[in-house]
Amino acid sequence: MSVMAYRDALNLALREEMHRDDRVFIMGEEVGAYQGAYKVTKGLLQEFGKRRVIDTPIAEAGFVGAGVGAAMAGLRPVVEVMTFNFAVAAMDSIVNTAAKVHYMSGGQVSVPMVIRGPGGSARQLAAQHSQALEAWFCHVPGLKVCAPGTPRDARGLLKSAIRDDNPVLVIESELLYGATGEVPQAEDLIPLGVAAIVRPGRDCAVIAYSKMVREALAAADTLAAEGIEVEVVDPRTLRPFDWDTVLASVRKTKRAVVVQEGWTFCGVAAEIAAKISAEAFDELDAPVERVTSLDVPLPYARPLEAATVPEAGRIAAAVKKALYLV
Amino acid sequence: MPDDIVALYRTMLLIRRFEERAAEMYTLGKIGGFCHLYNGQEAVATGAIAALRPDDYVLVYYRDHGHALARGSDPKAVMAELFGKATGLCRGKGGSMHLFDAPRGFLGGYAIVGEHLALAVGVGLAISYRGGDQVAACFFGDGAVNGGMFHEALNLAALWNLPVVFVCENNHFGMGTPIAVAMSRPEHLHEKAEAYGMAHDVVDGMDVLAVRDRVGDAVRRARKDRTPVLIEAKTYRFVGHSMRDPAHGVYRTREELEHEKSRDPIKTFPKLLKEKGLATDEGLAEIDQEVRRIVDDAVAFAEASPVLPPEAIVEDVYA
Repeated sequence: MSVMAYRDALNLALREEMHRDDRVFIMGEEVGAYQGAYKVTKGLLQEFGKRRVIDTPIAEAGFVGAGVGAAMAGLRPVVEVMTFNFAVAAMDSIVNTAAKVHYMSGGQVSVPMVIRGPGGSARQLAAQHSQALEAWFCHVPGLKVCAPGTPRDARGLLKSAIRDDNPVLVIESELLYGATGEVPQAEDLIPLGVAAIVRPGRDCAVIAYSKMVREALAAADTLAAEGIEVEVVDPRTLRPFDWDTVLASVRKTKRAVVVQEGWTFCGVAAEIAAKISAEAFDELDAPVERVTSLDVPLPYARPLEAATVPEAGRIAAAVKKALYLV
Repeated sequence: MPDDIVALYRTMLLIRRFEERAAEMYTLGKIGGFCHLYNGQEAVATGAIAALRPDDYVLVYYRDHGHALARGSDPKAVMAELFGKATGLCRGKGGSMHLFDAPRGFLGGYAIVGEHLALAVGVGLAISYRGGDQVAACFFGDGAVNGGMFHEALNLAALWNLPVVFVCENNHFGMGTPIAVAMSRPEHLHEKAEAYGMAHDVVDGMDVLAVRDRVGDAVRRARKDRTPVLIEAKTYRFVGHSMRDPAHGVYRTREELEHEKSRDPIKTFPKLLKEKGLATDEGLAEIDQEVRRIVDDAVAFAEASPVLPPEAIVEDVYA
């Protein structure tokens, strides 16, 4: 094990996979000479050269679409979007093409590519740069979506995503890039679609992903002091989703709180809550709670921003509500 | 060479007869959805694809039956795809607008106007990455030129020196909107490549030999110099935008349509063949009989084929 930052774990995954497979290359804004807007691609241009680390213009529709085409022609592109807010400009390539080519070709052509970059809110970046849009992508059959919450998961999921034969979106957390954690020295593939029990507990399952895992763990610490044992489950991959692990946790604890950074309406948490309610209704001792961002564009002002995005206090309150303590 | 030239006629006629039967089958309810026919534009796909090697790539828009046939796809499989049958090119999951034939480098028909130009850039990038000498040919209509992707794709292809041949089939209408209503300087369409420092050419899209030769020049240049080219083929569609749109519509007159039909390659090319002594009336009649038989067989095959079983609905979502 070594301790490293989330961004360095992603960088390690890219280096390892580029060494393993010559078809893997990186393309995106500022990934080369600038060393990456968030330094995830630091050093890669020097190590692999311009053939495999390609700087693009600020034209997401074009270069994401080019990534899809390159994947169709047999390469394994890793396309960086500087933030997932900008992926919106490439929605056609992602939703109408990358997700559909395998199906509408009757299985003849596949799109083995990764689209990765930071998502979610950051510090006072306001409405156009602070959005958790994963629900948009999770909605689409043909796409896979990961949202790693730790350096180890970031490396392991990205490596699995690169080896997957489908379009996989790896939505990193902008605020986690500097977060550190233990990463194994050895090869460490985290399979797509497998959740992790981050913290075991008996009283309530808290399902949280990406940077909300940290908030959930902080809430669990607070609640532990009050004698409440929360089980924190991180699905890690949002599509395909590990229902078995999540439902087992809910059946054990009889209560569930689902946390997501995205907006409430039609969010990922809505899907998870609906499934839990349908599959484990008889075993639930309380309605499933959701903790989400408020249904507003993110405000710029710091206190307003803080009041909009979920944090540990709101998660703890939701757990208490599920336990009928408030 | 004469055989090659007669083969061009045979391909154009196969496309025309295929589309005539597709229209009939659509009217009978055997083909559903949107069905965009290629009548009038046959010389473009036929001539351009004749200029390609078997290992080159072809990407097309939704009016794609002609390109698939010109690329050598089995007419039976193409018709079966239109019927939505399991024996179709894409097992009935793509339909008219999404024909794919991977073994022929035919990487699909796409139904979002202009967006597939980026895919062609990516295919060109993959060719370049591997150091191959193939080219990617990308067909699209004049309507695509007004979208942002045209400009993003041309910029990237020129910036990265990619072997992509962009073939704009200027049939003068984006659905029901005449080009002059939608495009600034429509008479200078191909010159838009000038802004990207990209070679460009314009060709009579009703003249299959001219298309083959001019696209051939572009393909040779792309293959050798690793540079993209934009070719504008001026053509005309004799049918409505789709089968749900009448041939005349409100956007053009019957007189205009009839006038354009005087340029019909299916009529003008045989005259040329006879003048050059490359074909006789009897020989041409034989070709017509042959392609009609091929299309009859395709319809019979499509009719007799099964649809996929319901359990196949969920197949092919993920690789």
